[in-house]
Amino acid sequence: MDIQTIINISLLTLLALTAVILLRLHNLLAAVLLSGIYSLLSAGLFVSLDAVDVAFTEAAVGAGLTTVLLMGAIAVTGREQSVTRHSKLLPIAVTTITAAALIYGTLDMPKFADPEAPIHTHVAPRYIEKSGEEIGIPNIVTSVLASYRGYDTLGEVTVVFTAAIGVMLLLGGSRKPKNQNAKKKRDTNG
Amino acid sequence: MAKKRSLILREVCNLIVPAVLLYAFYVQFHGDYGPGGGFQAGVIFAAAVILYTLVYGREKTQKIFPTSVVRYFVSIGLLLYAGVGVASLFMGGNYLDYNVLAHDPIHGQHLGIFLIELGVGITVAAVMIMIFYMLDEYAD
Repeated sequence: MDIQTIINISLLTLLALTAVILLRLHNLLAAVLLSGIYSLLSAGLFVSLDAVDVAFTEAAVGAGLTTVLLMGAIAVTGREQSVTRHSKLLPIAVTTITAAALIYGTLDMPKFADPEAPIHTHVAPRYIEKSGEEIGIPNIVTSVLASYRGYDTLGEVTVVFTAAIGVMLLLGGSRKPKNQNAKKKRDTNG
Repeated sequence: MAKKRSLILREVCNLIVPAVLLYAFYVQFHGDYGPGGGFQAGVIFAAAVILYTLVYGREKTQKIFPTSVVRYFVSIGLLLYAGVGVASLFMGGNYLDYNVLAHDPIHGQHLGIFLIELGVGITVAAVMIMIFYMLDEYAD
C-alpha cells in the first residue's frame, strides 16, 4: 500500500467517525465544532485528490467561517437540541431507501481515477490544452471558473448576494421591538 | 461584547489580523497563478474582520467597516461582475466575453478575470461581514 492510499483511508475513516459522532450529539455547540472538523478533514481529502482550490474553499468556508456563523446563530437561539417525540421509523425508512438508491446509482459510475471516464474526455482536455493560449493564465481552475464558466460564477455570486439579503431582511428589519421580544422569550425559557 | 478581553487574546489578535488581511489580498490577486481567487480571498478577509470583532467588539470594528458602507459593498461587487458583462456587450462581444475588453484578447481576458474576481471578493467579504454583524446585533 502506498502512502497516498494510507492517507486516503485514514482520512475517510476519520470522516465517517466524525459523522457518526455528529449524529449522536444533542449539544449543538459541540455539533458545530465537529462539523468544522468534518470540513477540515474533507479539505485534507481534497488536497490528497490534488484539488487544492476546492480544499482551500472548504477549509476557509466550511471549517472557518461557517463555524463562526453557526455559533453566532446558536448564541441567539439555544445550545440544546429539542427532543423529538415522533416515531423514528419513517425517517429511518426514508434515509435507508434514499441511501440504497444512491448506492445503486454509484454502481454505474466509472471507476475511481479512470482516464476514460466521461468527465475526462469531454471538455477537460480542451481546457488543459488550449486555456494557456486562449486565456493566458497558469491556473486552469481560475480560467474555467472566471472565463469559460463566467456565467455560472455570476450565478454563484448572486446566490451569495441573495443569502445576505435574506439574512438582512430576517434579522436587520425593525430591530428594536423584535429584539426585546426575542430577549424576553429567551429569558423566560432559560 | 463591550467587555474587554484578556491581554493575550488582544495581542494575538493584533499579530494575526494584519497578516490574514495581507494574505487575503495575496489570494485575491495571485489567484491567476496559484490556488485561490475572489471567493477564498473574500472569505479570508471577512474572517480577519470577524476575528477582530470577536476580540474588540462590534462598536470598534464598525468605526472602520460601518454597517451602512458594508451594505453597499454587498451589491457593488455583484454590480462590478455584471458590469463587466455589460461592458463586453457594448464593446461588441457576447455577455462576459473578455476578449473584446482590450486590444489584445489575452490582455482582455486578464483584465476581465481580474475585475470579476475583484467583484466576487468584494461581494463575498461584504456578505460574510454583514451576516456576522446581523447575528451579533441580534444577540445583543
